Order: sequence, then C-alpha cells, then structure tokens
Amino acid sequence: MSALPEFSTPSFAASAQLADAGRLRKARIQNVQDFLFHKITLLFALSVLLTLIGILASLVINAWPTLHRFGPAFFYTVEWDIIRGEFGAAIAIFGTLASASIALAIAVPLSFGVALFLTETCPVWLRRPLGTAVELLAAVPSIIYGMFGLFIFAPLFAEYGQPALQSTLGQMPLIAPFFGGAMNGIGILAAGLILSIMILPFIASVMRDVFEIVPPILRESAYGLGCTTWEVMHNIVLPFTKTGVIGGIMLGLGRALGETMAVTFVIGNSQRIGMSLFSPGSSIASTLANEFGEADGLHLSSLFALGLMLFFITFVVLAAAKLLLARMERSQGSKT
Amino acid sequence: MDLARYQRRRRINQVGLTLSMLAMVLGLSVLLWILALLFYKGLSAFSWDFFFASTPAPGSDGGGLANAIVGSVMLVGSCTLISTPIGVLAGVYLAEYGDRSPIAGVTRFVSDIMLSAPSIVIGLFVYAIVVAQVKHFSGWAGTLALSLIAIPVVVRTTENILRLVPGSLREAAFALGAPRWKVAIMVTLRAAKSGIMTGVLLALARVSGETAPLLFTALSNQFFSLDMNRPLANLPVVIFQFAMSPYENWIKLAWGGALLITMVVLLINIITRLFFREKVSA
Repeated sequence: MSALPEFSTPSFAASAQLADAGRLRKARIQNVQDFLFHKITLLFALSVLLTLIGILASLVINAWPTLHRFGPAFFYTVEWDIIRGEFGAAIAIFGTLASASIALAIAVPLSFGVALFLTETCPVWLRRPLGTAVELLAAVPSIIYGMFGLFIFAPLFAEYGQPALQSTLGQMPLIAPFFGGAMNGIGILAAGLILSIMILPFIASVMRDVFEIVPPILRESAYGLGCTTWEVMHNIVLPFTKTGVIGGIMLGLGRALGETMAVTFVIGNSQRIGMSLFSPGSSIASTLANEFGEADGLHLSSLFALGLMLFFITFVVLAAAKLLLARMERSQGSKT
Repeated sequence: MDLARYQRRRRINQVGLTLSMLAMVLGLSVLLWILALLFYKGLSAFSWDFFFASTPAPGSDGGGLANAIVGSVMLVGSCTLISTPIGVLAGVYLAEYGDRSPIAGVTRFVSDIMLSAPSIVIGLFVYAIVVAQVKHFSGWAGTLALSLIAIPVVVRTTENILRLVPGSLREAAFALGAPRWKVAIMVTLRAAKSGIMTGVLLALARVSGETAPLLFTALSNQFFSLDMNRPLANLPVVIFQFAMSPYENWIKLAWGGALLITMVVLLINIITRLFFREKVSA
C-alpha cells in the first residue's frame, strides 16, 4: 500500500492539474464573456445618452447661422418674413405657450375629476375597463386628433362654441378682446381645446397612480372623523400627493408644448399674433411641420433654431416633472 | 350640531363628485365620438382598391393606399428589428448592472425624458444627420427616426419587467456557477419574456401613428416602392397630405387610412393589456 500512492499521486495530481487548468480556462473565458456582456449592454445604454447629445449638437450646429446673425433678438422679434429673410421666434413661442396654457387650464381640472372618479367613486369592477379607456385616449395617434379637430370640432365650435363664448365672456370688461374677431372654428383656442383632450390621459394616469399610494390609514382616519369624500381628497390626499400631482401636470405640459400634428391641423398656421384667442396663429411645432419641407438657407437655420428652443423648453419641463415624481417616490419609500 | 354647515358640506361633496363623474363621462364620450366618427367616415372608404391600389394622382378618381400600407409596414417592421435588441440590451444594463453606476442613473433619466420629447425634433435630428448628408429623403431615415422614438419605450419597459423577476432566481443561477451574462440572457430575460414582448408591442403601437418625424425623413411617395433608399410612402404622412388636400376622394381615403391605423394601434394596446394582466395574475 505504501507504493501505490507513489504511483498514483503523480497521476492524480496531473489529472487534477489538467482539470484545474480546464476549469481555469473556462473561468477565464467566462470572465471575458462577462466583461464583454457588461460593456456591450453599457454601450447600448450609452447610445440613449449619445442620441441626446447628438440631437443637441446637430440642432445647435444647424441653428448657428440664425443665432449668429440675429443674436438673442431672435427670441423676441415679432417678424417671420421668409421673402425678406427676417426671422424672429416670438410668434411661434407665443402660439406654443398660449395653446399649451389653455390646454393645461382645461385638462388639469378634468384630469383631477377623472382621477378622483377612478380612485374614489367608481365601482371596483369598473375601474379597470374605465382606466383602460382613458389610457386608450392617449394611444390614439395625434394625426387622428388633428382630423377630428379640423373636420368635426372646428365647424361645431364656430357654429355654437365661439358665439356662446363671445356673448358671455366676450361681453365682460378687460377680457372681451380675447373673445372677439372672426369665428371660423380654428385658431389658438381651438388648438388648446384639442390639446387638452390629448394630455388629459397623461395627467390623469399620473394623478391616479399617486392618489393610490396614499396610505389607507390617512384616508380612513379622515373618514373616521366624519370627512366627506371631497374633504378627504381636498384636505388629505391632495396635500399628501402635491409633488406627484405637480409632476403629472408638468408631464402634460411637456406633451402639450411639443405636440405637432393635431396643432398643425387646427391652429390656423398664420405668422401673426392676434389679441383674440379666436385668431389663427402658429406654434413652434406647427411652423416646423409646415415650412421645413420647402426651406433652405437662413430660413432652414431659423427653423432649426426654433426646434432647438422647443427641445430645450420641453427638456426643462420634462426634467422638472421627472424630478418631482422621483421625489414623490422617495418620500413615499421613507414613510412606509 | 350645526345642521346648516353639515348640509353645506354635503352639498359641496355632491357637487364635487358629480363634476368628477362628468369629467369621466366627457373623456369617455370623446373617445367614443372619435371611434364612431372614424367608423362612419372611414368604413365606406374600405374596398378592394383601398388595399390593393396605389395612391391616386391629384384630381384623378379611384386609387387606394396600398403603397402607403406596405411602406408603413416596412418602416415599422424595420424599426422594431432595430430598436428591440438595442432597447432590450440597454434595459438589461439598467436592471442588472445599474444599481450603483451613475451612468445608469443618467441614462434612466434621459430615456424617461426622450419618452415624452417632441417627436418632431427627432425628425429634425435625423434630417440633419442623414437626409442633409445624402441629399435625399429615404425610408432608412424614417426607420432611424422611428427607432429613436421606440428605443426609450423598450428600454424602460424592459428594465421595469426585469426588476420584477425575483432576485432568488438570479441567486439560484449564480449559486450553480452560471456567469452573469448567462444569468441575464437565459434566466432573467427568459423569465421576463412576455413582459418584454409587451414593451416591444407598445413601442410598435406608439411609432405606427407617428407622423411628425416622418415628414422630413421618409417623406412620401406617390408610387409603389419597396426601396428603402428612396422616399417611402407611409400611412401617417399620406393621411396628413390627403386630409389637407382639396380633393374629395383624397379626403375620403385619408379617413379610411385613419380608421385603419387607429384600429391597429388600439387593438395592439388592448391585446397587450389583456395578455399582460393574465401574466401578472397567473
């Protein structure tokens, strides 16, 4: 028995070494594979960042001739004359902000109503189908809203909506000029109304989600003290979810500012600023959609400058929305 | 107890809840109105020619949207082929490696913003880097623009779904000695397959109605063409051009196209929701 180990030890060792070497090689290969996998997925993740940088860079480069020529005046000049080559963004900025503000003013209360209904009043079995229906409103392509706005909504609005507004709000002092002028259904107000329907589902679904994370004990305590549903919403749920609700509104605003097709159909596409909300105007996005195809030279560069500004504004608004919603999530995490 | 005050509170409550219900009714009726309108105006445009004839010349009768339908399928199909691998792998990075890396945090933030960024700006970007360089509009440029819109959708849904895969599944695979990439591809991705499918389908639904980014990239083409190197007809742009035109039969075709595209988009949305609910509850 004493001789055996002498014979077998070297061979055992050799086979063990061989096995070790094989395992080592395999481990090394796997390490390399892991490394590659890590870097490849990282590369794809970075491609999203690169796109953002690429968008900014290409917009700045192409907008440079305009920014160089007109300077900061580009942003407040009320002049968009393709023939004379004078370009200012004020009209498009005004149209964008005006239509988005109208959209928010209408969509925020409506979304609050929808979210309140879905979280409080609605029977449980109806919540899911109704919630889905509201989300489908967001899935309808924007060009459909445009056609709906131009062919159906605008004629009805000119026939019934605008005369009604003019005979009520249009008679009041101070705000009367906003509701004057020709009533042909299209214009900044019409664009704002269509936009409000389009951003409603985005705001409503964020509101519903944040309303649902309110700890039941808060709600139940308030009900226990004898609060009505409305008081619970107003005094408990809304203060608790304030950050998230504002985040949702900002998200809707970001959508409204950048919406293109629906606005292009109904805003009227005129490079003027009218006092009346009935008057046609244009937004940054609608100007791009209408004029980009035939533009060249300084005109093209000015359109890129408009695009750059639109991207910048929406980026800031959406980043703010995202930060607010993230803060809401964090505070929620620490409280539970 | 102050009865008047009690009644006032009740009244406020009733008014508030009624208004909230009206908001819901308004939202639903707009959806139904749009659907009814599409069927009313669009269904009559459906015919043999609608699906099998190319877009008519200005002022001429008849014609259909065959070239636009085929072009749209090509654009959306190639966009899906490009954006799925990129989006899924980027999502894998965020879910599997992204907990401590600052790059992942920034990527997550940026892709969330790109999710809602104005699509027309994506069109400008692709115009600047592709169309302006090769000096002609092309199907590929349209595909690229759509992919840039679809990728963030896929990235975010992939990450969210992968995070739902229980950690014990990963740990079990690691304990068996599986390397990280194998765990990611063969365990977590496989477990999350149906959820990732949902993300891809939702991205597909999102891009198939996109019009603005195609205006300056794929443009449109009056004739039937399968060449991705040339301007390619596609439903959204054709609908836009036809709806804005003065010709009666063009507008009718636009309604038909609008019905077709809305049905496809809504059906994908409804199907993914039904499908995914089963997966979650199962």
